[in-house]
Amino acid sequence: MGNPTNVRTLRISRRNLLRASAIAVAAGCGVIPRVAWCATPNSSTGSRGSEAFAYFTQDEIAFLDAAVDRLIPADDLGPGAKEANVTFFIDQQMAGSFGRAETWYMQGPWKQGTPQQGYQLKLTPAQLYRAGIRNVNEYCQRTFKKDFSELDAGIRDRVLHGLEKGDIALRDTPAKDFFEMLLKNTGEGFFADPIYGGNQHFAGWTLLGFPGPRYNYINEIDQFGKPYTLPPVGLAGRNGSPAKRNV
Amino acid sequence: MATRLKPVDVVLVGFGWTGSILAQELTDAGLQVLAIERGKFRDTVPDFATTHIQDELKYAVRNALFEEPARETLTFRNSSAETALPMRHLGSFNPASGVGGAGVHWNGQNWRFLPSDFVQRSHIEERYGKKFIPEDMTIQDWGVTYNELEPYYDKWEYMCGISGEAGNIRGKLQSGGNPFEGARARGYPLPPLKRSYATAIFDKAAREAGFKPFPCAAANTSQPYKNPYGVQMGQCTYCGYCEWFACGNYSKSSPQTTILPVLLKKDNFAYRTLCDVTRVNKDSSGKRATGVTYVDVQGREFEQPAELVILCAFAQHNVHLLLLSGIGAPYDPKTNGGVVGRNYAYQITSSVDVFLNENVNPFMGAGALGQAIDEFNGDNFDHAPHKFIGGGYIALWTTGGRPILQQHGLPDGTPKWGSDWKKARHENYLRSASIATHGSVMSYRDSYLDLDPTYRDVYGNPLLRLTFDFHDNEHKMSKFLTDKAALIGKAMKPRSIKVNYREGHYSILPYETTHNTGGAAMGTDPKTSVVNRYLQCWDMPNVFVMGASVFPQNAGYNPTGTVGALTFWAADAIRNRYMKNPGQLIHT
Repeated sequence: MGNPTNVRTLRISRRNLLRASAIAVAAGCGVIPRVAWCATPNSSTGSRGSEAFAYFTQDEIAFLDAAVDRLIPADDLGPGAKEANVTFFIDQQMAGSFGRAETWYMQGPWKQGTPQQGYQLKLTPAQLYRAGIRNVNEYCQRTFKKDFSELDAGIRDRVLHGLEKGDIALRDTPAKDFFEMLLKNTGEGFFADPIYGGNQHFAGWTLLGFPGPRYNYINEIDQFGKPYTLPPVGLAGRNGSPAKRNV
Repeated sequence: MATRLKPVDVVLVGFGWTGSILAQELTDAGLQVLAIERGKFRDTVPDFATTHIQDELKYAVRNALFEEPARETLTFRNSSAETALPMRHLGSFNPASGVGGAGVHWNGQNWRFLPSDFVQRSHIEERYGKKFIPEDMTIQDWGVTYNELEPYYDKWEYMCGISGEAGNIRGKLQSGGNPFEGARARGYPLPPLKRSYATAIFDKAAREAGFKPFPCAAANTSQPYKNPYGVQMGQCTYCGYCEWFACGNYSKSSPQTTILPVLLKKDNFAYRTLCDVTRVNKDSSGKRATGVTYVDVQGREFEQPAELVILCAFAQHNVHLLLLSGIGAPYDPKTNGGVVGRNYAYQITSSVDVFLNENVNPFMGAGALGQAIDEFNGDNFDHAPHKFIGGGYIALWTTGGRPILQQHGLPDGTPKWGSDWKKARHENYLRSASIATHGSVMSYRDSYLDLDPTYRDVYGNPLLRLTFDFHDNEHKMSKFLTDKAALIGKAMKPRSIKVNYREGHYSILPYETTHNTGGAAMGTDPKTSVVNRYLQCWDMPNVFVMGASVFPQNAGYNPTGTVGALTFWAADAIRNRYMKNPGQLIHT
């Protein structure tokens, strides 16, 4: 977890502090852990080009770039998740309400359930990433004497398959839970509206032939079989890279 | 200490579909009505504007319009031998939060249940004999018949502006409609929606296979429409963002698009939002409700006195409130005694993905744009050789092609990631569709709701505990339906199909359907039901319970049409029976 004296902590405004307290009270948990949690992004939070990462460190960014690049690779069909900026998308999600599990029921007692009982970890998604990345790098150091991001593509695939199947045991978190979250968020980042930072230049939508959230197909829906040829539009219009300007 | 407020005639707990209908009907009868809603106020303008509502990540993936488990959830286990654990985030079903309830985010798939569905037990016993019903299956008759409900289905459909093709008008079969439906007094207010290419291919294949496909009735307006309250709706534009989204185009029936513009102008109606009702209060006799207690957004507690308390929250929340308030005897699966929490049911769905040769532009769609067959629903076919009870419709819906969650399955053998996965998505997105089966679930002695002994909500109240699993009867039925769906899938002459049977245990994730039913079952016997045929509590005559919580078991159709009809039916009983002589309406 983060350095308690980092810059980000000091930047919490009084208003945000009050808001965080209100949320913590509403969620039935103590004020202090919740505020401390808001301060988790630490002084080594990464950056890349014009993007300001809000949660992940440089090492974590390197891990995610190397992982999402294998989950959705660049190939002759077009850009992959790395090029579509999915790492940045996941970062923004982890720094927000989803990463903090704000809408989830996060009260104990904590027990391992059956597969049918769903997610039962005490970790929020952001905490799951932090623990999962650290643990996978530990495994890679132990096994290959390298971080995950330094491995060849084929070996990275092997490690990812090992996580997916649960064949690799991680220290702090079930490998399958971490992999499942990573795969799910990677897909979200590749296909969500570009305002969230991923799917840059409509990379995901172009792969499919999805023209974006258009408003009206009254005249087209019964033209059976006719391709729809207008280019993608997002919630910010034709600009397929709107998020960068806002960060 | 709760602040005591000025009494009202009627307090409604929840301001979704059922609350809005009752508010409209009971204010018309001159009563002073107050609705209390846990979520926010929201309306087409500005909350649902098309400039931001078509956001798959925010609404469909991150659940912006739904209840937040941090504030309200339940615990779940497959059997009473297990320890229930909290549903920590939404999965299998998505109850709403906010004015309009799930009426804001539904697809608009609108059905009537079959006449035989309302007399489930007596119908099965008569046709197949008593022994056909397994011993642990606790199905029962509803206490109201299809013919009694027909005028109220009609009222609901004309209020909503349903688009569809009638199959049976006053006993005369109509070509193009569902020949299995119960007789209706008149056709739908609007013609069916336009067809999508995929539904047209399904229609042709189903016809060739000997079935009678029909366009599904839709609470998406095929044309502009003004309803009997004088509220104007616009024509659906097939944008493909219905379910999990709100409609910015006034084209999906919701309280906001059909009732609220009239209701909110009335002086004898008021609502309070961001208020959680925590108890129904009782007088010293314990036989009469005195009103409700609720907590507002600042944490202040209020006591709202009322002559009549009507529970209009989502199915399981009504049951939770009954249990917390001590109204009706809690169900005990060991003794099979008690009623509150009894007969929880759900639905069982499956699908057949069809990988077509044609480009079907899946993103052009509407929530209830579908073509279906009903040959295998309810008791529309002879069950004797199959040894199961129930059935479901088989439909191909074109609800949209939203890219994160809505691409149908990929062909068998496709990996879950990597270049081959990417290629499969590229090759199949525009050329696939999925046939859905929508199966009934019967009620059983071991499927129930009660209070959890361990986990608490934000107020310190015990969470509701759900104990539920699929039974052999449902697995057999679902397999039967899925095989029929696969037949039609093959008849669509695709490149390939992928059959997704529903097997194994019920799971709290991923999403299946928000058609949770029961727990406050209606019926003819106070020993096996919480409410009578008018949805009035047997044990507390000035408390009524609305919604799918009163279904004694679930049918093979989406429930909202029946929920709407039952609400109009109950409103009529309150206006024309209860108000004349307040007290128990049924004497056993």
